[in-house]
Amino acid sequence: MSETFEPVIIGFTCNWCSYRAADLAGTARMKYAPNVRLIRLMCSGRLDPTFVMKALASGADGVLITGCHPGECHYIEQNYKALRRYLLLRRVLKGMGIAPERVKLVWASAAEGLKLAQEINTFVEEIRALGPLGWNRKLAGNGHALEQPAMEVTA
Amino acid sequence: MSAESGSKKPRVGVYVCHCGTNISHTVDVEQVREWAEKTLGAEGVVIARDYKFMCSSLGQELIEKDIKELGLERVVVAACSPHLHELTFRGASKRAGLNPYLTELASIREQVSWVHTDKAVATEKAKAVVAGAVERVIKNEPLEEIRVPIHPDTLVVGGGIAGIQAALEIANAGFKVYLVEREPSIGGHMAQFDKTFPTLDCAACILTPRMFEAGTHPNIELLTWSEVTHVAGYVGNFTVTVKKKPRYVNTDLCTGCGICVEKCPKKVVDDVYEAGLGYRKVVYTPFAQAVPKYPVIDAPNCTYFQKGTCKACEKFCPTNAIDFTQKEEYVTIQVGNIILATGYDLFDARRVSNYGYGRLANVFTSIEFERMSNAAGPTGGNIVLRDGKTQPKTVGIIHCVGSRDKNYNNYCSSICCMQSLKFAHLVKERTGATVYEFYIDMRTPMKAYDEFYQRVLEEGTLFVRGKVAQVTNAARNEREEGKLIIQVEDTLAGKQRRIPVDMVILSIGMEPRHDAKETSHLFGVGCSSDGWFIEKHPKLDPVSTMTEGVMIAGCATGPKDIPASVAQGAAAAARVLNKIMQKEVVLEPIKASIDQEKCSGCRICNGLCPFNAILFHEDRMVSEINPALCQGCGTCVAACPAGAISGTGFSNEQILAQIDGLLMDVNLAV
Repeated sequence: MSETFEPVIIGFTCNWCSYRAADLAGTARMKYAPNVRLIRLMCSGRLDPTFVMKALASGADGVLITGCHPGECHYIEQNYKALRRYLLLRRVLKGMGIAPERVKLVWASAAEGLKLAQEINTFVEEIRALGPLGWNRKLAGNGHALEQPAMEVTA
Repeated sequence: MSAESGSKKPRVGVYVCHCGTNISHTVDVEQVREWAEKTLGAEGVVIARDYKFMCSSLGQELIEKDIKELGLERVVVAACSPHLHELTFRGASKRAGLNPYLTELASIREQVSWVHTDKAVATEKAKAVVAGAVERVIKNEPLEEIRVPIHPDTLVVGGGIAGIQAALEIANAGFKVYLVEREPSIGGHMAQFDKTFPTLDCAACILTPRMFEAGTHPNIELLTWSEVTHVAGYVGNFTVTVKKKPRYVNTDLCTGCGICVEKCPKKVVDDVYEAGLGYRKVVYTPFAQAVPKYPVIDAPNCTYFQKGTCKACEKFCPTNAIDFTQKEEYVTIQVGNIILATGYDLFDARRVSNYGYGRLANVFTSIEFERMSNAAGPTGGNIVLRDGKTQPKTVGIIHCVGSRDKNYNNYCSSICCMQSLKFAHLVKERTGATVYEFYIDMRTPMKAYDEFYQRVLEEGTLFVRGKVAQVTNAARNEREEGKLIIQVEDTLAGKQRRIPVDMVILSIGMEPRHDAKETSHLFGVGCSSDGWFIEKHPKLDPVSTMTEGVMIAGCATGPKDIPASVAQGAAAAARVLNKIMQKEVVLEPIKASIDQEKCSGCRICNGLCPFNAILFHEDRMVSEINPALCQGCGTCVAACPAGAISGTGFSNEQILAQIDGLLMDVNLAV
């Protein structure tokens, strides 16, 4: 880490709410940190925790998960399932020695472009404070170099 | 980059759009193009171009030409949001003979150029987004739209005014409708009302012709005293099971003469139609104009069913239509579409104990007053106190009972202001009593509503703005002796007032049906935390639901007045007719499917699907997804521990590849 650390974050968005919030942030020309790269899913319920692991293992420093507000899911109640998985995933991460704060769940409706932009900015700063994860550089959480990547992730 | 070795990489074309200067002012489009061609060449990119406006016909022709001449097998367009132009570019691919689902849009406008300022950083991010899309599109599979034939028959659940309207619209267009109603007669709440605001035309006069029309229409099959117990299938092909409760009256023989009702020796309080204010016989039709005209025997109260004797109705029936041996019957019907018009329940006024309903005799609910003011009601239209004879000299009408109140329901029931104004008018007209209205805000927004408010004001009704604290009979002085005292803070005068009245009418709000949650699960529609059914879009699609083929109308989606319910019934019918006329419905091919070989039968996915799309085969111990019911959310795909479920359009392979692509620069830097 020579210069200042710029986190790389993968963001998962729901097609019906947060992806549209990102569209809205764009249309309204709201500015936010360029560190987040978004992936569109049909629903936050589609989020397989494997995706988060894969992103972290492939070099992301943090993962942002976004979905419809509770009670507003396009598919009735699937965001609750995303919430359950998220809470479980954080415990797993903790057990693996990764700060659970590297994964964050945010609710953003299609009307909340500003909220999404603000949440992205906040999260980028949170990850910046945590420092690089560098899982892809074959380093374990304790800083020891490994022969193999910390883990192989397959779907 | 761990690409499978051996297999040939598909030929990908990348098209970067300037969008005028919308993209190019923050993203170095030329650099992205060059980089895509060079760096992504190893991933299969054979051509990368940039163009001022990719979405223009010339831009699209560029893509079409390359597909044909260069034999492109995948296309990535780096431009705006897929919500804007995904269909445009899928169309271009389709015209050139490429499966439309092999085209991806990389959003470098909404997600890059419009939200970032530093050109170098934005260009790098744009590259990552393009790389993500390229890696993803390589894993895309050709998909075909799913076409499902539509059964022309329709089920309407709920025979209130919204359901009747919907049924008539569809039946008049020449298609068969099954109208299911839980009560013995159609008509719903409207049949209980006396006058309707703001025109004051009598509810029965405008409703009963519609009921009669629905009852005699050759295309409408009435299933009254019946309930839907099971729904299977999907848009165009629903199989619905309806429970017909036993009437103990053979409707083939019954002429509706009413002799059985006349001869029945037992009376019980009518809690449903007369709101507890009047009585009905044990064999009864809810009201004189009931449709159908056949009576029902109330078995739990019938002397014959209790003691085994009586049978007066059977003795006197001239056509031998009484049949005590009837059992409940289940009928199965096939329909293509369903309209839910299941209506509302009234708020239970007993819950607001400080208003004394059920404790203080002369506190009435709005529905009791409706029955009382109805000429066919228990008092013959006389407005009297609970003793049945004394006319009130002063009447207090309290708005928002159970509505706009954090303790009960936060929402406005929308009809209570107008209903209360109507009551004030009727009380004045029939008794000449002094009328007080206690309101929080007066809400009269629809056509001719505010004019009616002005009219009631001019008639001399007294308006007190303030939420009533309590209704009590504890008198503090002679003036209050023997009266009901309404304690209220008059917020316009800025003081506490105690107003003695003879009669209090509580304008109770609407609530979702007590069984709305079960109904929503039965039909696979969404239900808000309040219990109202959720529209597909509250403004632009208020009668559709997230479940294709299931529409909603009337108060089942929230409080509404009669005109709005009728409009929604007609709108839902238009939606259904539109589907029927298309003869088949086209569904997006974004669906989940289960590999029957891999499925271990653990059933984890079964409980995750809110659309009942996952069927478990007990015999083979595997689950299967019905593609027409699946809405494509992918929750089951993410949950399957065996990896047996795959989701088209958003497969694990696609998402994992996209992650690889998005993080390509990070990995290249290592």
